[in-house]
Amino acid sequence: MMTNKPFALGLAGAFALTATLAVAQQSDMTIGQQLEPPHLDPTSAAAGAIDSVLYSNVFEGLTRFGPDGSVGPGLAREWEISDDGLTYTFHLAEGVKFHDGTTMDSEDVKFSLDRARAEDSVNAQKALFSGIESVEATDPATVTVTLKNPDGNFLFNLAWGDAVIVAPESIENIKTTPIGTGAFMFDNWVQGDRIELTKNPEYWGEPAMLDAVTFKFISDPTAAFAAMMAEDLDVFPAFPAPENLPQFDADPRFKVLVGSTEGETILAINNKLPPLDDVRVRQAIAHAVNRHEIIDGAQFGYGTPIGTHFAPHHPDYVDLTEMSQHDPEKARTLLEEAGVSLPLQLKMTLPPPSYARRGGEIIAAQLRQVGIEAEIENVEWAQWLEATFRGYDYGLTVISHTEPLDINIYARPDYYFQYDNAEFQKLMEEVGVESDPDKRSEMFRQAQTTIAEDYVNAYLFQLPLLTVAKTGVEGLWENAPTQAADMTAVHWAE
Amino acid sequence: MLRYTLTRLLSLAISLAVASVVIFLAIEILPGDPAAFMLGVNAQEDTLAALRDQLGLNGTLWERYVSWVGGMLTGDFGTSYTYRTPVAGMIADRLWISLPLAIYALLLSTLIAFPAGIWAASRRGSAADVGVMGTTQLGVAIPNFWFAMLLVVVFAINLQWFSAGGFPGWDEGFWLSIKSLTLPAIALALPQASILARVMRSALLDTLSEDFVRTARAKGLSRRQALWRHALRNALIPVLTIIGLQFSFLLAGGIIIENVFYLPGLGRLIFQAISARDMIVVESVVMLLVFAVILVNFLVEIAYALVDPRLRHRA
Repeated sequence: MMTNKPFALGLAGAFALTATLAVAQQSDMTIGQQLEPPHLDPTSAAAGAIDSVLYSNVFEGLTRFGPDGSVGPGLAREWEISDDGLTYTFHLAEGVKFHDGTTMDSEDVKFSLDRARAEDSVNAQKALFSGIESVEATDPATVTVTLKNPDGNFLFNLAWGDAVIVAPESIENIKTTPIGTGAFMFDNWVQGDRIELTKNPEYWGEPAMLDAVTFKFISDPTAAFAAMMAEDLDVFPAFPAPENLPQFDADPRFKVLVGSTEGETILAINNKLPPLDDVRVRQAIAHAVNRHEIIDGAQFGYGTPIGTHFAPHHPDYVDLTEMSQHDPEKARTLLEEAGVSLPLQLKMTLPPPSYARRGGEIIAAQLRQVGIEAEIENVEWAQWLEATFRGYDYGLTVISHTEPLDINIYARPDYYFQYDNAEFQKLMEEVGVESDPDKRSEMFRQAQTTIAEDYVNAYLFQLPLLTVAKTGVEGLWENAPTQAADMTAVHWAE
Repeated sequence: MLRYTLTRLLSLAISLAVASVVIFLAIEILPGDPAAFMLGVNAQEDTLAALRDQLGLNGTLWERYVSWVGGMLTGDFGTSYTYRTPVAGMIADRLWISLPLAIYALLLSTLIAFPAGIWAASRRGSAADVGVMGTTQLGVAIPNFWFAMLLVVVFAINLQWFSAGGFPGWDEGFWLSIKSLTLPAIALALPQASILARVMRSALLDTLSEDFVRTARAKGLSRRQALWRHALRNALIPVLTIIGLQFSFLLAGGIIIENVFYLPGLGRLIFQAISARDMIVVESVVMLLVFAVILVNFLVEIAYALVDPRLRHRA
């Protein structure tokens, strides 16, 4: 009994403590996130979890993505582009300080961009910077970037999380102690559990509205549901259990936001593997697939059908879903015309996300209707990257391409679906150097149509962003134009 | 006793050496490149090569094995590929959650199982015995993750007495941390307590029917006195064996419970490290767990000798 008593007292004390915390909880917020960042350097890893925590909150680039996907000024407040489109002159914001008190000036910008494109760079998106010829720090507040060729995407590229501005003074420890210029400062990381950010009192721009933000890492969908229901969390962007959303919707304590991401979810096809090198066979697969069944079955109804590799919310999107209507009869005819002996055996690799695992099983059932036997192989990400993505050892795979405006991957003949169309490659080259917005739009429309006509892949749906939040939370991004949980404008309702 | 201890120590060392080879080979043949995992789908070939070089992934299998084992012997577990922090520190952080959780669960399980088992054995065939046997049957049958979710629904979602998971860290206060480990410890302890109570009961019933207990009764001890003074100590050997096995299980096998309660323990660390192909972390944690299991077995064998003097002299 003696040991039980202090225990009980301690528990009571702990309850009292949580109670007081709950009353004072008006200026901080706890965010749930499924994946934990491996480290905290957005410029040396592809992990979206790093950007989700740090993008815009802690680190800023010269330009930045807005909630609608538009590219606006970041640390660079203004810029001029020379007539030949080769020289960009950026005018930096005044009085910007890194969180360690050092000044952010043009030298830091030069350092960051040069580091990203250096020979020994480990930047996951190094290609974004490969068009840079030179970076000059003209004066402390001005940076001049010269490109090798005109690039209509350059300002867009600079908005990526991989292009944020870092300082040479703090680069050594960036992986554990990130020092940026953002409205929040990194405070603490309890590995495996949470990352804490606090408000930057000396922020150069519009200050953050919250005093502190905690990101908690909960990988299991059921645990995420429980943590939200127990009100341990205030917001869960990219909520992993769509089947539970109606429950939150019906509960007055919570609200559900349904937005869009840049993730085109596709049934990718190995275009070089016979008989998939025959466009008729790929078209047959596209017609065998029933998007609505997949969206209902794997996504509980959340997701916009797509007919090409482009985000439906983008102004240049063309709706081409008609070209690959669900039509098993037509699929069978096409397979017959192509002279494929049925049943056709194909290996279908499925990476871990539920859209792939659940969606893949539905697709396999649909393909069976037209005589295609998809042998499902569930793989981890590391296996998928090695065997499917780099080794081309697959017939079909389900995957969401989450990078914004990434139709140019179809211009890479060695990309894992191995689509090799010289005309398309030329078109992408042209759009890269075109800066007239109308002409660019026209080219993007053409590109979407070309890949749909070639039935490179079967296009399924745009991955939704499902956010669950407490009713009083305001200022959240409804869509995800890039992987980010931008907390700078988030606040509690009065 | 000394010779007994020394032979046990020698077999401990051999087990460890064999385990290190098996673990290293099993993990190194897994397909998947940690550099490709970290840099994702848009990485260029030269970037991947630069990262592999940074991580030291270019040596031969033999070179990497020697440097891994050599490092461990000198207390250096290497640097995690993905987290880029020393593995030893990561393991220590996680151990500060998994170890207290395992001890907490084991304490709960023993505190429930001993009285329940003894009570049932001393009243064999009574309503109490049937009740304990029935309850423990249920406890063994219920999967612990399901029981964990039930606890979450009742105590976190409906009553909101506890948070649904997570761990604040020992710096935030001892009782707050204990509180956050309470539901997981109960979920882990219930099946263990059920098994242990059943073992306790049957071991005690076995010894109660032995000659020396009858002799003790014949010399005038009451049934209860005979049980406490003579039978209990002799029934402890199987119970100790089970406790040893359970502790290893609780330490290494908490992975599911750690997922349900999103606790940053060793199980979660292994899980994350395997999917990221952070081989050096996986190898070191598995090695540590093997060491822990072997060490616990060793301690249990020493404990046998303490409760049973015959073992001391035999070896």
